[in-house]
Parts: sequence; C-alpha cells; structure tokens
Amino acid sequence: MGLFIAQLLTGLANAGALFMVASGLSLIFGVTRVVNFAHGSFYMLGAYVGYTLMQVLPGAVGFWGAILLAGLIVGLIGIIVEICVLRPVYSAPELFQLVATFGVILVIQDLTLMIWGPTDLLGPRAPGLKGVVRIMGEPVPQYDIALIVITPFVALALWYLIARTRVGTLVRAATQDREMVGALGVNQAWLFTGVFFLGCALAGLGGALQLPKGGADLLMDFSILASVFVVVVIGGMGSLPGAYLAAVIISVLNVFGVTYLPQSTLVLMFVVMVIVLMVRPFGLLGREEVAGEHGQVGEPERPIRPAGTGVRLLVAFLLALLASVPLLGSNFYNVLITDILIFCLFAASLHFLLGQGGLVSFGHAAFFGGGAYVAALLVTYAGTPMELALLLAPLGAGLAAIVIGWVCLRSTGVYFAMLTLAFGQLLWSLAFQWGDITGGDDGLVNIWPSDWASDNVVFFYLALVLCVGGILLLRHAAHAPFGYALRAARDSARQAEATGINTRHVQWVAFTFAGTMAGLAGGLFVFSKGSVFPNELEIARSFDALIVVFLGGVKTLSGGWVGGAFFESVKDVLTRFEYWRLALGLLIIFVVIVAPDGIVGSLRKLGERLGWLRGERELR
Amino acid sequence: MAAPSSPRKPRGPMMLELESVDSYYGKAQVLSDLSLTVGAGQVVALLGRNGAGKTTTLKSVMQLVRPRAGRVTFRGQDITRLPSYKVARMGLGYVPEERRIFTDLTVLENLEVGRQPARDGSVAWTQGMLFDLFPNLAERRHNRGKALSGGEQQMLTIARSLMGNPALILLDEPSEGIAPVIVEQMARIILQLKTEGLTVLLSEQNLHFAQAVADAVVIIEHGSAKFAGSLAELKAQPEIRDAYLSV
Repeated sequence: MGLFIAQLLTGLANAGALFMVASGLSLIFGVTRVVNFAHGSFYMLGAYVGYTLMQVLPGAVGFWGAILLAGLIVGLIGIIVEICVLRPVYSAPELFQLVATFGVILVIQDLTLMIWGPTDLLGPRAPGLKGVVRIMGEPVPQYDIALIVITPFVALALWYLIARTRVGTLVRAATQDREMVGALGVNQAWLFTGVFFLGCALAGLGGALQLPKGGADLLMDFSILASVFVVVVIGGMGSLPGAYLAAVIISVLNVFGVTYLPQSTLVLMFVVMVIVLMVRPFGLLGREEVAGEHGQVGEPERPIRPAGTGVRLLVAFLLALLASVPLLGSNFYNVLITDILIFCLFAASLHFLLGQGGLVSFGHAAFFGGGAYVAALLVTYAGTPMELALLLAPLGAGLAAIVIGWVCLRSTGVYFAMLTLAFGQLLWSLAFQWGDITGGDDGLVNIWPSDWASDNVVFFYLALVLCVGGILLLRHAAHAPFGYALRAARDSARQAEATGINTRHVQWVAFTFAGTMAGLAGGLFVFSKGSVFPNELEIARSFDALIVVFLGGVKTLSGGWVGGAFFESVKDVLTRFEYWRLALGLLIIFVVIVAPDGIVGSLRKLGERLGWLRGERELR
Repeated sequence: MAAPSSPRKPRGPMMLELESVDSYYGKAQVLSDLSLTVGAGQVVALLGRNGAGKTTTLKSVMQLVRPRAGRVTFRGQDITRLPSYKVARMGLGYVPEERRIFTDLTVLENLEVGRQPARDGSVAWTQGMLFDLFPNLAERRHNRGKALSGGEQQMLTIARSLMGNPALILLDEPSEGIAPVIVEQMARIILQLKTEGLTVLLSEQNLHFAQAVADAVVIIEHGSAKFAGSLAELKAQPEIRDAYLSV
C-alpha cells in the first residue's frame, strides 16, 4: 500500500511539468490554430536557461527566482519566434505552419548545442528540499511534494486568467472566431503574440521546474513532444482542465508501468490515447471541431494534367542519366543514388497521401520502418530470401496501414495527424522496447541481398526499377478515376459524398496504398544498408518526409520525389558541417516564408512568367 | 437592363463613402466599380438579390475582404487596406449575417469582447443601457451564447457591436431567419438607434423591412450600384424595383 501511494505521488509530481508544457501547447493551438512542434524545444530551453541562472543566483530565493526568470526568458524568446516565423505564415495552410515550427526545432537544437555544449547537465537540487519524506514507510522526495503542491496553483492561476479576466475572455473568443474578434476592434496580432508568450513561458517554466528531477540534455525536446501531444489529444485540444487530467493520467500510468510492465511503458501511453480517441474522437474534455470551420486556405488547387511531350522527354532523359550512373564506376555514387532513390519513393508515397488525399500524416515512417522491419524480421527468423522479403515488406506495411488507417480516419485534421503520430510512436516503442525480438536499440543486422543482387551495381538497378516503378504507379493512380475521387474527397468531402463517393473508403484505400509503397521503400532500404534500427520508425523520420514533400511542393504532382532527391543530396553535403541543423532549419523557415510553393511550384511559376510553360488561364 | 440612375449624394456631412470599389473572392470578382455614400445620421438600406454582393460590400467596408481597387472613406479618412481592428476602433460596428456570436461565452462575456473606449461624438453605451434596449438579454446575461434563440442571438450581435460605441453600424440582413414578431422589434430598435444619432447601413432582401426603417436605398446588382435615392424616389420608379428586386 505504501509503495502504491508513493508511486501515485511520483506520478502526480511528474504530471507538473507535463501539464505546463501541454497547457501551453493547448493554449497556443486554441487561439492561433498552430500546432507548435517547437514546444518541446521551449521546454528544453527552459531547462538550460534555468540551469545557467541557478549557477548564478544563490540560495533558495535564487533557485525559485531562476525558475520564474527562465519561464520569462523563454516566453520572450517565444515572442521573437512568433513575430519572425509564425506571423508570416498564419494565413498559410496548416502544413506550412508545422514545417515552419519544425525548422525552429532544428535551429534551437543547434543554438543550444553551441551555447551549452553536448554534455548532459545535472540539475541542481532545490535548496531546503533535498531530503525525502517517509509516507507509510516509503521515501518520497520532498521536491516531489513541492511539485504536487505547486502544479495546482499554476493551473488555478491559469484558469483565473482565462476564465475571469478580459484578456482571457478575448482569448476564449478568439479560440472560436478570431476574425470576428478582430472586427470588434481587438488587435489580433498582439493577442496571438501574447498567447504565444504565455504558452512558451509555461513550457520554459516546466523545463526549469523539472531540473532537480531530470537535468537538461539535448534530447529533451523530442522526448517530451510525444507525451505532450498525447496529453493534449487525450485531454482535448484547447481544454486546460483536459490537459491537467490527461497529464495526471499519463504520468501516473507511466510510473505504474515502469513497475509492473517495464517492457511496455512507452507503448502504454499510446494505447491509452488510441482507446480514448476511439471512444471520444475529440479528447476527454475537447470540443468538436466543426467541419469546414476554418475553410480551405491558400491558393486553390490546380487541376492536374498528364505530362506533355516535353516533360516526358525530360523524364526519359533523366532516367537515362540515372541508368548510366554505374558507368562512372564509383561505388560511392552507386550507393548514394540508391539511397536517394529509396528516399524518393518514400517521399512520393507521403506526397500522394498529402497532395492528392489532403491527409496530413505525421507518422508515415511507421510504414517505411514497418516495411524495413518486416523484411529484416523475416530474414533473421525465417531465413526468407530477399525476393520474397521484398514482396512481403510492402504487404506487411500495407496490412499495418489498413489497421492504422481504419482507426486514424475516424478523425480528421489535427486529430488525424496526432493519431498517425501516435501510431508511428507506438511501432517505434515496440521496436525499441521489445528487445528480445527486434534487438531493441541494437537493431537487426546482417540482412543482405541475395547473391545475384549483392553487387552494388545490380542492387542499384533493382532499386531504380522498383522505385521509379513505384513512383510511376503513384502518379498513375493520381490520373486514374480513383485519383479523381480522392481529390474530390480532399476538396469537398460533403459534395463528394453527395455525388456517391464513399470518401472514407477512398481515403482508406489511399492510406493503405501510400503505406504499401512506403513499405516497399523500407524493404529496399534494409537490403541496401544490411541493417535496420528503431530510428527508421521515429518521429524525426516522418518529419523528414513531411519536409521533403513540402520543399518539393505539396500542390504539384512531382513535388514528392523532386523534394526527396533535393533533400537527400543537400543533406549529404550539409551533414558534413558541424551546425547543419541550424542551416537546414533556417533554410526551411526561409522556404516556408519566401517560396511556399516549393521547388516544383516555384519553378512552374517562374516558367509560366518567362513564357516557357503554358499558364492555367491559357489552358481553359 | 435599365440605365443606372446617377448616385445622388445625400444631404448633410458624409459618413461613409465607397468609390469604385472592386472586390474578389479568390479569382471571382464580386464587386465591380461599386460606389455609394451614406450620410451622417441616415439609415441606408442596401437592396439586391441573393448573390448581388450585399454581404461583400459590408465586408469590404470592414476590410474583412480587401478591395483590390477603389477607396473606402469613413468620416473623411481613407480606411482602405487598414486592418479590421483599426477600422472597428475608428467607430464602425459590424453585425454579420451569420451572427457569429461566441457560443461558448456568456452574454456578458460576449459584450465584454465588443467593449471599446468611448469616442468623441458617439454614444457611450453601457451594459445597463443595452439591457434596457434588449430586455431579453438582461434575463439571460449569464447564459452561454449557444443557449440563446435565433432572435436573441441577433440582438446579442447588435448589442456586442454597440459596446464598441460605433458611429456607424453595418447590419447584414438583420431580418433574416428570425420570427416575424422579432422582425418588428428589430425595426423598432433600428429606428431607436437612429434617434440616438447612429448612422446605419443595412443589407436587406426584404423590401418591406427596408421601407419600415430606411431613409435612403441603394440597389446593387452584379456588384455595382444600379440605383441610389430616397424611398419615395424608388416608389416613383416601379420599373427599377421590377428589374432588380422582384424574384
């Protein structure tokens, strides 16, 4: 009984930081409709800034002062980010904002590395709260008790601000209809900035508060991000009480999970989330998102059309060029181009889902990594030959996509994105924690192609045929009646339904198709590398694909593979520099703000302006 | 199509003036070369069929839709391309057709969102004054917006705009979708606002309602003004009514 209570208290204490970060994210989303991916980074900054301040400020006053100041400073950094990065993209489609905040993550990661260095920092302990309290014989750290007491006060203060003050009233009004709030004379720009400050300050506060428990390291941003998303989604986007409730549930669950089911701590969280969302698609205390509330933003989509002779010739030329790469006789290029081809297929499959289906998936790596693991497991445990494994990898990924798609497509928009992310994390944690089967962090190694394909050149041609074939198949699907139905569901689900299209069914098929293609890419990847590790299933891998699709141009037909080819080549060069994340992050932010059409879209516009391509108008 | 009669300037100082305004939704042009004027203290009804551009006209005044060409002047100041919140702070109240009250907020909180400091030369509204004008809302002050009836929501939208102490209030189809008895009440309220010194520009499909409240009428069709004049002038030219208003 004593142990039970002690664990309950630990869980409640852990809920503090989680609640603060989650409520900040929730507030920002409620008003600005931006899912701030960089929120984990502000949490990390809070820890680092708090650490530095604690070194300078003495005693208990200094300790608590440092925590408050850290919140304030991180809030101010948030203001800079809001004004420089988010203001220009508020009116852009959701995906642009996500990609922009992802750029912020990369920038903050490298800046933190520059300032504080790569070593993990051990958080100082709170002066006067260094001991333990014995509760029914079990030791509970005094600092945990302090956190349990502090958190409800922060929650209460936040509640008062939102429910009882004029600013809070404006925030709630803006959550519902920000344009109308503007038309009533409220300067939205400052309201948004204010909310962003508050949200980031809360994240910073959370980061600084957990210092005595966890210290500061460079992985904090991503490691809390997944839990925060889960909390916000379970609690309901934009609901503060929901965030508190969910933070407590998840933290307590984690503590008990560690004790009773140590293999499943990570999985548990996502299982709970999936169950909650299946019963309540908008979270425990969330409000239903009214369909079409925010409408289609950005330029309307252009109708796609089959490639003209010029484009076909260009593609044929490029393919011939690709096919002659082995003539260079360089192993390095053979392998590099193979990697690029595989990544292009992966990117093209997500691009199909996003561009044609309008389905923003944050967990597409689940199918890439999934396919890779299917192949690797088959080879390792069943001695399956490469040919069969390459067939079963996409099939396995496709089967996973059928199941995952069935659950995820029950919700739409942000919730859909979060669910896909959760499933991605679920598979990742399975691969990571189920060490007996998957090898855990050590991955699965020694998975090589069959003898006939073991030569780099032969495998290059194999990858070329399969990847180009897959990309052409995806492209073909876009031009098939199925593609038309999918775009109809994307542009107006209601009208598509009214013309007899089962939109959910069509999207489900598209989801499965995209998953299958990603699985094929994953299967090829394993045989190309000879090994697979859990990071092929990570959020970061899913984001790579999202960024690529975005860089290539969402509203184009070839954006996926063009972006993939560009990204992989640039990455090969960039990663040779020490601070490549900073450069990549700034590049991403730059593209979002300056060239939101992506590479293909921008080139197309340039071509039309120069008169090389026929514009849309002349085609009518 | 009858030749557009020359828009005649009403008497008194000008409150609002639109000059050759073009507005678009994406690539679709809704307003083309629209000009109209509203004199201080007048109630002007903007009449026209569905899709003629009435709502877009009001949104273009509020800068919720940005005109691509032309000029909007309010009390002599150019407000074209100002952010909406600045337009509102200059003394323009906007009551949208879909009402757009904040359904999760109480009646009192809805009023609070609309509150702006009083300006020189306009009525300084208080909650008490508004509850006198809209007694139904007084009873329901602690209810959430979503608990109100359609008529009550319409009253709340007007009350919310008045909290900003506007000199001119834009009413988009105030008589639409509410019970006939409330429509009468609405007409009385508009006339009362006029006696308080407010200028009103309202869009209407219902000619009878317009006749009950308006001093002057502007008829638009395909996004440009086809007639501007007093109610008496409109009555004297039944062919205009037949051409632009009859269904």
